[in-house]
Amino acid sequence: MAKWQVQVDREACIGTGMCASSAAAYFRLENGRATAAQDFIEPDDLVVDAAESCPMEAILVRDGDGAVIAPEV
Amino acid sequence: MTTSQEPRNYPFGEADRLELDPTYEELRRTEPVARVRLPYGGDAWLVTKYDDVKTVLSDLRFSRAAVLGQDVPRAMPMIQDRQSILSMDPPEHGRLRKLVAKGFTMRRVEQLRDRAQEIVDGLLDEMEKEGSPADLVEALNMPLPITIICEMLGVPYDDRAEFRNWSDRALAITAFTPEEITAGFENLQGYIAELVAERRQSPTDDVLGTLVTARDEGDRLTEEELVNFGVTLLVAGHETTANQLGNFLYTLLSNPDRLAELRADPDLVPAAVEELLRITPLGGSAGFPRIATEDVELSGVTIPAGDAVFIGQAGNRDPAVFPDPNRIDFHRENNAHVAFGHGVHHCVGAPLARMELQVAIGTLLSRYPALELAVPVDEVPFKKGRLVRGPRELLVRW
Ligand code: HEM
Ligand code: SF4
Repeated sequence: MAKWQVQVDREACIGTGMCASSAAAYFRLENGRATAAQDFIEPDDLVVDAAESCPMEAILVRDGDGAVIAPEV
Repeated sequence: MTTSQEPRNYPFGEADRLELDPTYEELRRTEPVARVRLPYGGDAWLVTKYDDVKTVLSDLRFSRAAVLGQDVPRAMPMIQDRQSILSMDPPEHGRLRKLVAKGFTMRRVEQLRDRAQEIVDGLLDEMEKEGSPADLVEALNMPLPITIICEMLGVPYDDRAEFRNWSDRALAITAFTPEEITAGFENLQGYIAELVAERRQSPTDDVLGTLVTARDEGDRLTEEELVNFGVTLLVAGHETTANQLGNFLYTLLSNPDRLAELRADPDLVPAAVEELLRITPLGGSAGFPRIATEDVELSGVTIPAGDAVFIGQAGNRDPAVFPDPNRIDFHRENNAHVAFGHGVHHCVGAPLARMELQVAIGTLLSRYPALELAVPVDEVPFKKGRLVRGPRELLVRW
């Protein structure tokens, strides 16, 4: 399966630590803001859940064709 | 590091207004990972350093689910056996959380700011009609968050006298008997169950309606989870914000310099709300701990698997992160307080609470340039024996 792209808008992030806690393999906090551990990952619903739960909608997940998988708006 | 001495009793004592017990500061210097003895369930650990607090809150080796139904160290006699989002660990936790997360994002909450302003304006008009002095707790602090959470969830505002009473009991530690506390929860569950049943007759698109659809069409949560989620949102959605609003106004009205600073520069209101969140120890007791699921090292001390850890109230006053931590400073850079928690359980209502607090405080200060306490500061009565602190009555004149 084609890889997914994970992006974090560090300007929008307020550092709740939710993504870095629930999906620690994919996100970490750097200077209080989240960043994606890798830009491209094997598909995993954990990152979709993290993007759906981010209060700032700062996490963007795209599929191999560049279509947005999460968050739903 | 060794911890040979007798564990200290925890909580340290009945909460005194908004004072932070000095023992926290002492422990941070002398025993940052301390042994404490709870009134029920035995001994536990208490952490006082900001970094350790964050680790306990966000590291999944500390479990909330492991508390459920267990005789863990705690401040109240009852064993926590009511399932809620706060008692769930990932991945189950995420399954529930994402069902409501969309409704509480910053973007969604900003769309409610005008409505919040309208509610505040209306409540203050009413207060003025009754005349000065007035009790802000009843005039503004309670009705504002109750109106908003009612509208979001789809709970009738007219039922507030009943659910306020139940929720007051549900959040007690010693203010009510264990039977009264349990009854408070059960009444809330019965009430939400009725609203759920109504939605099965005629669907709605409020938050409760969304949860009913998620259960009935997607089987994404159980009936018990659905009802308890409704209860949690209703209770957490008003008690915390209402009490914090009272606490913040009490702090401002008893700190003339900070009050004057804020009046002179209303753009400081959002930063002031953050600083008041940081400085205010909302918790009135010990709450429920987290349980280490494996050995974890914190500041050089090994927490053995199975032990309970409390985060206490002191993380936001750690001088390593917040210089001159006991000073109220509206100009702190990078005020990364943990007043809304950290990690998976980070408060789902944080954007909403922030918005409500900003609108309420901003409006009060601009509308009443002479607003002041109508009783001497030390006569403001505070609630006792509850999970959260807050003034019982806040008499002001303008
Ligand atoms: C100033 C007001 C508030 C404060 C200080 C506050 C504080 C907190 C804290 C510290 C937590 C994390 C608890 C833990 O990790 O053990 C939390 C969780 C939570 N809060 Fe708030 N809260 C406030 C307002 C609200 C509002 C308005 C709502 C309404 C939706 C709300 C709903 C919740 C819920 C549902 C959780 C559980 C989240 C989860 O487990 O994923 N809170 N809150
Ligand atoms: S969940 Fe969102 S706001 Fe919270 S740390 Fe992750 S990206 Fe930042």
